[in-house]
Amino acid sequence: MSTLAVHDHGVAHHDDHGHEHHHNQSFLSKYVFSMDHKMIAKQFLITGITMAVIAMILSILFRIQLAYPDKTFPLLTTLLGRFAPNGRISADFYLSLVTIHGTIMVFFVLTAGLSGTFANLLIPLQVGARDMASPFMNMLSYWFFFMASVVMLSSFLVQKGPASGGWTIYPPLSALPKAMPGSGEGMTLWLISMVMFVASSLMGGINYVSTVLNMRTKGMDLWKMPLTIWALFLTAILGVLAFPVLVAGVVLLIFDRSFGTSFYLSDIVLNGVQQPFEGGSPILFQHLFWFLGHPEVYIVIMPAMGISSEIMSVNSRKPIFGYHAMVYSLVGITVLSFIVWGHHMFVTGMNPFLGGVFMITTLIIAVPSAVKTFNWLATLWRGNIRFTPAMLFAIGMVSFFISGGLTGIFLGNAALDINLHDTYFVVAHFHLVMGSAAIFGMLAGVYHWFPKMFGRMMDEKLGYLHFWLTFIGAYLVFFPMHFMGLDGVPRRYYAFTEFVSMQRWLTVNTFITWAAIMAACAQVAFLYNFITSIFIGKKATQNPWESNTLEWTTPVEHLHGNWPGEIPTVYRWPYDYSKPGAEEDYIPQTVPFSQTMSSNQAHDFEDNPKGLEELNKFTSTLKANEQVK
Amino acid sequence: MQQNTEYQTDIKMGFRKFINSKTLLSFITAFILLGTNLLMAQTEAAAGAAGQAEAPQVDWTGVSYYLLLFFLVCLGVAVIGKILKIYDLTLKIQGKKGMKWNTVMAVICLVFLLAGIYGAYWSFTVQGSMTLPEAASVHGVKIDEMFTVTTVLTMIVFFITQILLFGFLFNYRHSDKRRAHFLPHNNTIEKVWTIAPAIVLTVLVVFGFFTWQTIMNTTNVKGDINIDITGHQFAWELRYPGKDGKLGPKNFRFVTAANKLGVNFKKRSSFDDLQADTMYLPVNRPVRLNIEAQDVIHSVYMPHFRVQLNAVPGLPTFFKFTPTITTAQMRSKLDDSKFEYLVYCNKICGGGHYNMQKVVRVVTEAEYQSWLSRQKPYLTDQLRKELHFAAADQPKTGEQNRLALNN
Repeated sequence: MSTLAVHDHGVAHHDDHGHEHHHNQSFLSKYVFSMDHKMIAKQFLITGITMAVIAMILSILFRIQLAYPDKTFPLLTTLLGRFAPNGRISADFYLSLVTIHGTIMVFFVLTAGLSGTFANLLIPLQVGARDMASPFMNMLSYWFFFMASVVMLSSFLVQKGPASGGWTIYPPLSALPKAMPGSGEGMTLWLISMVMFVASSLMGGINYVSTVLNMRTKGMDLWKMPLTIWALFLTAILGVLAFPVLVAGVVLLIFDRSFGTSFYLSDIVLNGVQQPFEGGSPILFQHLFWFLGHPEVYIVIMPAMGISSEIMSVNSRKPIFGYHAMVYSLVGITVLSFIVWGHHMFVTGMNPFLGGVFMITTLIIAVPSAVKTFNWLATLWRGNIRFTPAMLFAIGMVSFFISGGLTGIFLGNAALDINLHDTYFVVAHFHLVMGSAAIFGMLAGVYHWFPKMFGRMMDEKLGYLHFWLTFIGAYLVFFPMHFMGLDGVPRRYYAFTEFVSMQRWLTVNTFITWAAIMAACAQVAFLYNFITSIFIGKKATQNPWESNTLEWTTPVEHLHGNWPGEIPTVYRWPYDYSKPGAEEDYIPQTVPFSQTMSSNQAHDFEDNPKGLEELNKFTSTLKANEQVK
Repeated sequence: MQQNTEYQTDIKMGFRKFINSKTLLSFITAFILLGTNLLMAQTEAAAGAAGQAEAPQVDWTGVSYYLLLFFLVCLGVAVIGKILKIYDLTLKIQGKKGMKWNTVMAVICLVFLLAGIYGAYWSFTVQGSMTLPEAASVHGVKIDEMFTVTTVLTMIVFFITQILLFGFLFNYRHSDKRRAHFLPHNNTIEKVWTIAPAIVLTVLVVFGFFTWQTIMNTTNVKGDINIDITGHQFAWELRYPGKDGKLGPKNFRFVTAANKLGVNFKKRSSFDDLQADTMYLPVNRPVRLNIEAQDVIHSVYMPHFRVQLNAVPGLPTFFKFTPTITTAQMRSKLDDSKFEYLVYCNKICGGGHYNMQKVVRVVTEAEYQSWLSRQKPYLTDQLRKELHFAAADQPKTGEQNRLALNN
């Protein structure tokens, strides 16, 4: 495997960066149009957090409507104007809120905010590269993302409001501007924004893949990479392969909307008026959408898995259990995620035989997920667990992944999906397994690598407060939703007042809304902590978590080029924590085996016969010495 | 109108001021907010008087009450934080180690585990009892059996893994005295926990696959009741076959105000079709719902029968099922005299999506037949007139129809 690594680039780059030319950068090139991967990571992070706060506020707005469908809140009219006449959010705007909340969370926060931040920050630092393979493309990636965000938010300013057909924008609803107000200009802006977003994602993804494959430092073969890198690498591959299909789907939708084609439309009578479309199929869009859409949920969760694996290993002071199995399960998820998209379409009228096939592939993907969960538990077993806020969030991620993952076994079963499809059971499932879990992975990463990004520490106590309120809040919000789903309550309903059978869920809705408001208020603790710590946080030491990975060998002060001298060479895997016989409970990747003779094990030399011979010699002399004594 | 916009801008300006006052509040003191709010209330009153009298009034005191409450909570958190810091420092001055946060967190983890188990149990019993009653269809019983099996299996895993997770956190909390156990891998146990879920999932897949196939792979047998259900924004239209037991074909090109579904009256089977407001189904007889939509995607969702299939424009689909419990029986079972089976729309379809329902009544065969005999024909007088009118005076329309049929 190590033959894949290219080792000579480190020397070549060293000459360029030896001069440390970062001091003559202008404000614009340092902070705005920066090509330094660390700055781009921070740009992604801060934009991502901003978008997350906006999407969270949107969710609180529609939660208020769900909790109090009969009450009027004049403040809403003041804030939202025509979208909330007479103190109540209108039905159309409710759907806009749901749609934009989903879109922002899935794409702008958990794809760009998560992958964009941590792939940019960690790939060069953890594989030992001076920067990304193409820093300029990396900069473009951020600015396309930024433009996409601006366009998406600008849709709140158009007369008829933002897109409102759900984040999956199924045609014909999204294709016919007259079908609902949000399918007018709002939908056009949504589509423009998504095309820019995909461009951003592709430029980022290609960069991540090429950096991981070609720019690893000496000694860093693939099997010595931390799991964060494995996860981000496989995520990038998923994105590069899946996102273009979304563009194809979106372009055909644009044609249907603007140029009178009938890719997705047929036999339509809207408000009594026959439409000219014939021969298209709405199901085609769903196939194209979910061919991206399903890998997308793994694009969201895999970085969170990688980050949590790394953080749990560091803070349990234990190697990650079953490193190879962790990598293979990530690879398995990556491959399988391309052939499970049909489980979103069991009841769309797709051929039932296809439904059966997709059910089989879907339940197979539960196996690697189960392996990951068990390995995380085994990592904690007999550890020496330090509860940093990052560790808590990583644990929260595992807890959510279990809770939400298990309900996936229900939904992946086509027969059970008949009655659960599009109910609150689905809402509960994906908010736990990919929403909360991925957000917790992201927050874990922020707390863990904050010292690397800003050179200062975040406040631990506020982190604890933030964790517990958010963790408990998320469970209080999403756990009762399972039962609403089991009662057949459909999602995306503006009010539960029209159905007698749903009215008894109103009190539960009120409870959920207040839990959500509590969790939202807890984010103030995070924002306060994040912003103040950037400026007045305690100064970080070089390796505050006593971690093995390469990024903690760089100086606290940022350099363009990361390492002041030569890029360090890597000798061992990143998880030598609490190795028996070692002086400290961690051995960084840069420490050669020759310096740790007392702690070396036969396992360390599986692909290195020479080293094994040395070790055997060492142990036999050791034994001989003991016998002499 | 102009007055209205003036009023709005006034409010917006007021709000901007309010925002400023809020930022001030978080930095200086709560009193300023109260003062500003009094001011706001006055502006509001003035604007209200100038604009529409019936315009909703923002209850600024209510808003400020909540903001103040939040501010007080923040203040409380800050005070507790300071106290903890001082306590920590005094411990250190006394030469002791500071607060043992690792232990505190480990204990909270344990408390969370216990509270969580109780909460899950409470949720299962209280909210679990609010879920759907037993399935009222033949295939629904099979689905419910699968559901029970899956629930039991997954809940065992759920409780074991969560207990292990939080139990480990408490048990293996940090201690300076010991080191973690170096355990990079163990191939045997990894094989075990790869194969074990694989076997369980295989069992679920096999059962699920066959259940799914039997539910969905149905054929149209003579004697099935074919019912046509068509979704449009925001209602369902029902069409029952007449004496011939056959539904006439449809084409969207034939849709007019009187022929809402676009039934093709060139075919003989169309003439005796009936229209209905409520979906009556005879108990214990196979029903085949022919599902289609006219404008956007809808979804026929009948949770009590465990029936769901999307209604897609241009893609007619069907779902065959056999209801087993009459509405009257279900009413007495649930002890709810007003209970009705319903069709919901379960695919986002626009602003009225949340209220697109149709009542379903499952009745005995005799009741069904007498109900059916009272239903009006789809071919109404108006439609009859329209068609004759079209045939006599506008031969063009007929030609168009034929063209459309060729498509």
